[in-house]
Amino acid sequence: MIAPAKPDLVTVNIDGQEIAVPKGTNVIEAARLVNVDVPHYCYHPKLSVVGNCRMCLIEMGMPAVDPATKAPIMDPATGKQKINWIPRPQIGCGTNVSPGLHVKTISPMVKDAREGVMEFLLINHPLDCPICDQAGECKLQEQATGYGRGYSRFVEQKNVKPKRTQLGPRVTLDDERCILCSRCIRFSKEIAKDDVLGFVDRGSYSTLTCYPGKKLENNYSLNTVDICPVGALTSTDFRFKMRVWFLKQTNVIDTESSVGANTVVWSREGTIYRITPRRNDEVNDTWLADSARVLYKAVKAADRLAATETIEALVARAAALFKSTPGAIAIVGSARSTVEEQFFTRHLATALKASAHLVSRVGQGDKLLISADRNPNVRGALVTGLIKTLPAQQLTDLAAQIDAGKIKAVVAINEDLAAAGLTAAQLAKVSIVYLGAHANATSAAAKVVFPTLTVFEKSGTFVNQQFRIQKTLKAVPAAAGATDDLVVLAQLVAAAGGAALPAELGSLWKVIAAEVPALATMTFANLPETGLVLDATPYAALPFVEGETLHYKPAQPAVAAATA
Amino acid sequence: MFDFYFEIPLVIRLILQGLAVIMVIFPIAGACSMAERKVAAWIQDRPGPNRATVPWVAWIPFLGKFLQRLGVFHVMADGGKMMFKEDSLPGHVNKFYFVLAPIVAMVPALTTVVAVPFGAYFDAAGKLIPLGLAPLDIGMLAVFAVSSLGVYSAILAGWASNSKYPFLGSVRASAQLISYELSMTLAVLPVFLWVNAPGTEGTMGFARVVEFQSQPGFLGGMWFGFLMPISAFIFLVALFAETNRQPFDTVESESDLVGSFHTEYGAFKWGLFFVAEYSHMIVGSGVFMLLFGGGWNPLPWVSLATAVDFLGTFLPFAHAPLFVGILSIAIFMGKVLAMIFFFMWVRWTLPRFRYDQVMKIGWQKLLPLSIANLLFYAIAIALIQK
Amino acid sequence: MAVITVERKPLTFLERTYLPQIAGGLKTTFKHLIAPKKTLEYPEQRPAIPVGYRGVPTLVKDPNGREKCVSCQLCEFVCPPKAIRITPGEIPADQADRAHVEKGPQAFDIDMLRCIYCGLCQEVCPEEAIFLQNQFSMSGYTRAEMVNHKDRLYELGGTLPDAHHKWDKKKTAEEHGNAH
Ligand code: SF4
Ligand code: SF4
Ligand code: SF4
Ligand code: FES
Repeated sequence: MIAPAKPDLVTVNIDGQEIAVPKGTNVIEAARLVNVDVPHYCYHPKLSVVGNCRMCLIEMGMPAVDPATKAPIMDPATGKQKINWIPRPQIGCGTNVSPGLHVKTISPMVKDAREGVMEFLLINHPLDCPICDQAGECKLQEQATGYGRGYSRFVEQKNVKPKRTQLGPRVTLDDERCILCSRCIRFSKEIAKDDVLGFVDRGSYSTLTCYPGKKLENNYSLNTVDICPVGALTSTDFRFKMRVWFLKQTNVIDTESSVGANTVVWSREGTIYRITPRRNDEVNDTWLADSARVLYKAVKAADRLAATETIEALVARAAALFKSTPGAIAIVGSARSTVEEQFFTRHLATALKASAHLVSRVGQGDKLLISADRNPNVRGALVTGLIKTLPAQQLTDLAAQIDAGKIKAVVAINEDLAAAGLTAAQLAKVSIVYLGAHANATSAAAKVVFPTLTVFEKSGTFVNQQFRIQKTLKAVPAAAGATDDLVVLAQLVAAAGGAALPAELGSLWKVIAAEVPALATMTFANLPETGLVLDATPYAALPFVEGETLHYKPAQPAVAAATA
Repeated sequence: MFDFYFEIPLVIRLILQGLAVIMVIFPIAGACSMAERKVAAWIQDRPGPNRATVPWVAWIPFLGKFLQRLGVFHVMADGGKMMFKEDSLPGHVNKFYFVLAPIVAMVPALTTVVAVPFGAYFDAAGKLIPLGLAPLDIGMLAVFAVSSLGVYSAILAGWASNSKYPFLGSVRASAQLISYELSMTLAVLPVFLWVNAPGTEGTMGFARVVEFQSQPGFLGGMWFGFLMPISAFIFLVALFAETNRQPFDTVESESDLVGSFHTEYGAFKWGLFFVAEYSHMIVGSGVFMLLFGGGWNPLPWVSLATAVDFLGTFLPFAHAPLFVGILSIAIFMGKVLAMIFFFMWVRWTLPRFRYDQVMKIGWQKLLPLSIANLLFYAIAIALIQK
Repeated sequence: MAVITVERKPLTFLERTYLPQIAGGLKTTFKHLIAPKKTLEYPEQRPAIPVGYRGVPTLVKDPNGREKCVSCQLCEFVCPPKAIRITPGEIPADQADRAHVEKGPQAFDIDMLRCIYCGLCQEVCPEEAIFLQNQFSMSGYTRAEMVNHKDRLYELGGTLPDAHHKWDKKKTAEEHGNAH
């Protein structure tokens, strides 16, 4: 990767530590770089700064200079330049660094300020922690342990506000808990570009609401829940389902489109409860589409396939089928499979001397985190050499070959052939070996069905629209009766007479690195959290369908997407 | 009145008597196991087993409750359990000898009873007729000879079990039994030296020994326990060792040998070992009482005949042979049971000796003592009977 | 550490025969043989339960007979042997008396084969809804029987006095509070 051009650096002193930070950084971010935490509520790194919560108060000062001579004034006691401390605390979020700036985050004044702010914030805050979904990841709870006073001096009645407002189809609001930081308002306005939220009334009666007649229903509404520092905005889907401290976090990649947004999957004992975004400043910042957060429901879907036979028996039947139709086999791979699976698919195609087809899915891009290409891994198929050109939306080629009787067997991996344009008659004409997690027309017509895993049950890699290869990890154990795609494919390759391939990722990546030049230096283990950008130049001529999205600009004008 | 009984052929009569004894020994062994639990409980300030009951007995007011508290139904429950438990046969054992061992254990236990008289009555001529299965002349010898066969069952069981703890246990058992048999035999010799005075007809029978303790006069009415306390003591200690009772139960020392030679046994086969042990105790106590405790004489210096005469002053049927027989059996059994209680009392009082201590006591203490004892009485008896 | 040499008193002849000790021992055990029994005969006689006893954990209701637990799952979290299993649930907005509580347990299971009677659940509960009370004997024929479900937990727990009336206060505030 090419290092970004050096921005102008400014040296500041935070709690006695000198650090050079880019110009324009605010004190909270600068302090973060020296591992000093400045508590804050309204500041969010990806939103504009409003400075209304006052939690980030710090003490600051500038080196003293003689107004007349501009000569530094030295402190005789320390022999260093004297610092003129500003007598009142300043907000860290709204203060950008300037050369020589000195900041104190640990001082009696700062502590007093934080305790004062906390006391005011807690005056009207309900004692809801036992029933609040934010408990455990609540910034108010966190700071209360450090700066709360433990009992309340407020003897009057607390404010009463609406507690169960449905702001939209996916977001529930508890106004009593809101600390009026306005993060949600700014997100709606600045990122989602759907300015529906606002405060009404004044003083302690201020209340967050939607504009009359509007709803918080854009496809990014759940990001307000993520950024709400308290439990005021909660996800209706996750509401009262499970306390967050029980949940195991696994880093996964969103497979909704070729953006490849980074996510965290929260699960407990094999059950997924929610999906939230994972910050990746090159891909999705801290955001995630609402539609990506319900994908986990596929894991426990009613139409999950489960094997009734041992995998060995299934492989034996598939092998017999391969033997009976030599040279007349086609493979339909998937751009939704991981890179590893596509690599195996390529091997299977070679071993069976079969042609490999892929199905493309194109939708409307939303210019944010959903791109036009709804396949997460078309570029993976290119990189592994499974395909040379971009896939078509319909399998017209294959259909013609079936009609001509040239193809007698089809191995369909994660793709519903009926949805890809084959008719029931064509499906009936061929023997199908199907690998997939869910039942569909193809699995119903198939001779051999291998139940496989959803993306949440397996590890692997995806290559997104930026040619960034990113790693997804297994969040929950495989469903009963389902086998890892890699295991199935490895056995099929072996049954077809191909090379023995390891299904375990560590050893598999040695093979991949040896065979795929673009991935020669990579291993699964050392793939960075933020992904690795591969060289896109060999594919520059291909007409990718994506339009512009967050952190992505197409190299050439997008080919007008044909409606699916 | 009972003449019809004597008209039955001898063989059948003996079989009947033998069965009767077996029918008595088995329940007594069972009752002893319950007594053991009860005595243990009482000594430990507990009420002991007191839960099991049978419905129709529980309905009897007062008595039903009393029997339940006494734990009598636990005996039945235990027995039933022993009978119906799965009788497992471990795979690694030598099947034939493994099954044989408990049977061999029962043989001496039941056979020795034959030689032990347990009561007496006077015939028309006023002659004392001892009650027993076989009034053998060689009584004591028979008991010694047969009971020492018991060691074979231990050896068989230990060897057939084919595992190390039973094997070690059986080796220990045989060593211990042999060691103490010596002192035991030497301890009873003075008694028979005394009984078989020169010129009299020689016998090793028990009846004669009891007769000797029922003579008139100070020395005549004195039980041998008082006359020969050291002999009695040695015999008693050896008896504890021979019956594997605490403090000499190193054979069953569960802390180092698990369950000794019966580690691999369970259910009824194990129960047979258990019954054999109690039978040994019963027979041993009986022999002790015959030799040193005056047999069926109620008190020292009060012989059965005297007691019957005394009772005759106000009970008209006191001289009837049936009554005398029952009375003598009752007296004798009472003594034996007291002895068995003593066994239990000691068991819940004393800790177990270490195995080396057992050997040391046997060979270095008891054996020299019994030899000295024998010499002393041999000389003393020779002088007195001159 | 200094070594203290203890003189061993030589045993007398009598002591070496071991007999007086045996007699002494027999005397002691005989005394116990006739001494009154100390056993508490359990099912008929029951021990007095001391204050603060930690018996079977139970759920209690407030003096108005309403469920106190809000299924915060803190007890589930703190329980060292993971004996507690809670499925949280929402109290519907149209349930007049408790709608303001919003959350309550849908299912609440305590596996008494796992519970170690540590009392941490009682200690951690922010709503004073779970108490280890006097019940100390639990038995069942199957594993499933040894799991106390929600209704059983309330049956065992009953009602305990409550000094706070937190939710009552909240309701009053809601009804005539300082909303404007
Ligand atoms: S709802 Fe949350 S994010 Fe929105 S203003 Fe209130 S506290 Fe801030
Ligand atoms: S800690 Fe208390 S309120 Fe929370 S779930 Fe347990 S019993 Fe219910
Ligand atoms: S008493 Fe302890 S072990 Fe039992 S349920 Fe409560 S927390 Fe768990
Ligand atoms: S974070 Fe600075 S004022 Fe809120």
